[in-house]
Amino acid sequence: MIEFHLNTRSGVSPYLQIVHQVRQALRLGLLREGDQLPTVKEVVARLAINPNTVLKAYRELEHEDLVGARPGIGTFVTKALSDAPLAEFRPLRHDLQRWLVKARRAGLDDESIEALFLDTFRSSAEAGVA
Amino acid sequence: MTPAVETTGLGKRYGRHWALSDCTLAIPTGRVVGLVGPNGAGKTTLLSLAVGLLSPTSGSITVLGAEPAATGRQMERVGFVAQDTQLYSTLSVADHLRFGAHMNPGWDNDLAQRRLEQLDLDIGQRAGSLSGGQRAQVALTLAIAKRPELLILDEPVASLDPLARREFLQVLMEIVAESEVGVVLSSHLVADLERVCDYLIVLVSSRVQVDGEIEKLLASHRHLIGPRRDPSSLPKNQQVIEASETDRQSTFLVRTEDPILDPAWTVEEVGLEDLVLAYMRRAPLAKRVRLASPDVEP
Repeated sequence: MIEFHLNTRSGVSPYLQIVHQVRQALRLGLLREGDQLPTVKEVVARLAINPNTVLKAYRELEHEDLVGARPGIGTFVTKALSDAPLAEFRPLRHDLQRWLVKARRAGLDDESIEALFLDTFRSSAEAGVA
Repeated sequence: MTPAVETTGLGKRYGRHWALSDCTLAIPTGRVVGLVGPNGAGKTTLLSLAVGLLSPTSGSITVLGAEPAATGRQMERVGFVAQDTQLYSTLSVADHLRFGAHMNPGWDNDLAQRRLEQLDLDIGQRAGSLSGGQRAQVALTLAIAKRPELLILDEPVASLDPLARREFLQVLMEIVAESEVGVVLSSHLVADLERVCDYLIVLVSSRVQVDGEIEKLLASHRHLIGPRRDPSSLPKNQQVIEASETDRQSTFLVRTEDPILDPAWTVEEVGLEDLVLAYMRRAPLAKRVRLASPDVEP
C-alpha cells in the first residue's frame, strides 16, 4: 500500500498530484499489478482533502487502464505502467549524464539546466514529439 | 436538484444596522461549499438565518427546500457547528449525547460513540474542561450523529491551533466520504477551503462576487503580464477582474473560458487565495469611490 502526500505550493492541482504519485509508484515498482490503492476514505482522512478530488484521480487512472474499481472492495492496479522499471533504462540515463556534463561545461547552473530541460520538454510535447 | 440554501432579497436588520441586505444566492447541495468574505460581509448572519437561529427582516430563505427550523423534522435535517462551539460547559460529554438522543429521533448513537472513541477523550469529562480542538470535535460529532442531510459550519476552525484544525478537517472529510452529507463551511483560511471544498462562494457586503466549482474557477482565471496596455483594449471574452500598471507594464487578472493567444502576454495561473483577494478588493470599489474625497486616489 502506498501513501499519498500533498504539496500545496506546487501549483499542481491535488487530483493531478495523486495521479502523478500513482504513476510514479508504478514506474518505480512500488505498486504492482493486483495491489490495492488506499480507499477514498483513507486518503481523505489522512490528507484532509475533498473526497471528489480522490475520486477524480482514481477515475482518471481508471480511464488510463492503470487501475480498476471493484465495487464495495476498492481500487486495484490492473497494469504495470511500463514493462521495464526505470533501472533498465541505463543507456538513456547515461546519455542524460553526458548531456549534464556538457551543460555544466557550457557554464549553466542548476536552475538554468532545469529551465532549459523543462522548456525543451514542453515545446517538444506541444509539437507532439514526446 | 433543490439547493442546500436559497435566498431571495434576504435581509437582517439590528436597529438601524443591516447585517445582511438584499442577499440573493443559491448554494448547491451534495457538495462541500466554502463561504469566504471579509468580516462584516454577512456570512455569520446568513448561516444563522439558515439554521433558524435568526429570522429574516426582509426577503426569504429556504434550506433544502423548506423554511429553516420551522419543524422538528427540518431541524433534524440540518446540523450546525458555530465558531464558539455551543456546548454546555457544566454538562459532561455523555450528558450531551443523552440530550442529542432525546432531541433527535434519528440519533445514531453508535456513530457518536465511535467518533468519540477515536478522539481519545473521557466521555464523563465536563465539556468546560475540554481543549478547543476537543470541543470542536465533540460539537461536530453531535451535529453529525443526528444524520443530517446538510451540515452548516460557521468558522469551525478559526480558533483552533494548526494541528487541531487539520484533525478537525480530516474528520470532516471522512464524514463526507462515508455519508455524502452536504456541507457549507465559512472560513477565512483559503488554503483550508482549497483542500476540503469543491465549490466556493465569495460574499462581500451581502453580494455574491463570484461562485462556482473551485477547479473551474482556477481554470478560467489567468494573470496576464506584459507591456502597458489599456484594459478596455482586451478581447471581449476576457473580463478584467483586477488591473495594475506601472509606466511600462500592465498586470491583469482576467476571467476567460478561452485560451490566451496574444503572444505579448506572459500568462500565469492564479492561485485560489489571489483569486479570492482580487474579488474581495474589487467588490466595494463603487462604495469607496463615492466616499473618497477628490484628492484621494480611489
